[in-house]
Amino acid sequence: MSGFAALVSRDLRLVWRRPGDVAVVLAFFVVATTLFPLGIGPEANVLARIASGVLWCAALFAALLSLDRLFAADFEDGTLDLLLLAPWPLELAALAKCGAHWIVTGLPLALLAPFLGVAFGLDRDSLLALAATLLVGTPTLSLIGGLAAALTLGARKSGALLALLALPLCVPTLIFGAGAVEALATGGDFGAHLAVLAALALVALATTPWAIAAALRQAGE
Amino acid sequence: MADLHFLANPARFRRFSQRVLPSLAFATALMLLVGLYMALIQSPPDYQQGDTVRIMFVHVPSAWLAMAGYALLAGLGAALLIWRHPLAALMARASAPVGAGFCAVCLLTGSLWGRPMWGAYWVWDARLTSMLLLFFLYLGHIALSRAYDEPERGDRAAAILALIGVVNLPIIKFSVDWWNTLHQPASVARLGGPSIHPSILIPLLWMAVTLFMLFVLLVLLRTDTEIDRRRLENAEQQA
Repeated sequence: MSGFAALVSRDLRLVWRRPGDVAVVLAFFVVATTLFPLGIGPEANVLARIASGVLWCAALFAALLSLDRLFAADFEDGTLDLLLLAPWPLELAALAKCGAHWIVTGLPLALLAPFLGVAFGLDRDSLLALAATLLVGTPTLSLIGGLAAALTLGARKSGALLALLALPLCVPTLIFGAGAVEALATGGDFGAHLAVLAALALVALATTPWAIAAALRQAGE
Repeated sequence: MADLHFLANPARFRRFSQRVLPSLAFATALMLLVGLYMALIQSPPDYQQGDTVRIMFVHVPSAWLAMAGYALLAGLGAALLIWRHPLAALMARASAPVGAGFCAVCLLTGSLWGRPMWGAYWVWDARLTSMLLLFFLYLGHIALSRAYDEPERGDRAAAILALIGVVNLPIIKFSVDWWNTLHQPASVARLGGPSIHPSILIPLLWMAVTLFMLFVLLVLLRTDTEIDRRRLENAEQQA
């Protein structure tokens, strides 16, 4: 377990020394969401209606944007070879990398989203619901995105390919994440949506580390 | 299983496919002619849908084959990752575009049927959406398997993707039961027997068998081509 903590803290330290990488992702999230009111028009009721979907899609794109370097840097400088040779399971290393990615992207995105939601005219309950769904749902995005990043390691045009692989697999999370906020506003069952979202996160947690490790092994061969 | 292991050798597979292909092609063409006659001329128009019901004779088997094709990809992916069968990789490479083609046919014919029947080319219903996702998964598989300079890496990456993407198949199958969809519920493979009149059911099953034969024919043909292509590449590298 100490190896797990060491890998997480190493990744966090790397980000801490170059905070610009995270800032760019968050800036993209803010700019991308700002485009929607400008493109669609400033009618308050339309914006409040689409806010949860727009913020969820923008968070998904922002999370994907930061993923292509998740394993690529380790692949290039030889860290990945050491992880492959290390005596503890590669599955744990994959989980640690995705966990660190979530701490520096999913978590800030979830905390930032309610402030952007204010600009869309969401009420207080919806803002809290939005933050809650993003907190529960973004780990799934980091795990599935991590899988896509591992599969495309060393591929040609890996960025676009990563999005093509990850987006279809992220659709259930998007549907139930945005759906939960809307369910709250329209008197639906918010708890049920959140429970499905949590179930998706747990399924991803239980399955993707194995697939990521398999993908990393064949990349290291 | 012994027969399948026998075919795992590409050279033996080629001898097998060369022997089977001509007669299979002839039989498929014959079946298709009879099937189209049954579907387009002989079978009666539906009392509600009129002649548009004939779209179903292509739509439904295409949907089945699109799903079966992805299950095949997942099975081949498992065979490649577990036993490292060289032929599994080539066959996966050959069958992914065929499955994607049937998936596209299913989506397009469904869309053409939806316009007169539902009043819209597309609705965001669970069955349609999950089928569209299957199409995207096929595209991802095709793109990933061809994204590497060393084809073997692409084969193995795509195999892992196929195994992950297979979770979508039960979602498609049960989407009409889990959610209240506009798409009609299962009417052929269901408890208590099919709910379709034989005058429609028989041409439907006939077309399903025909298109299945077409699927097998295309996969065998394309696998042969992939074997040739891989040999050519290896020869080029050695030269």
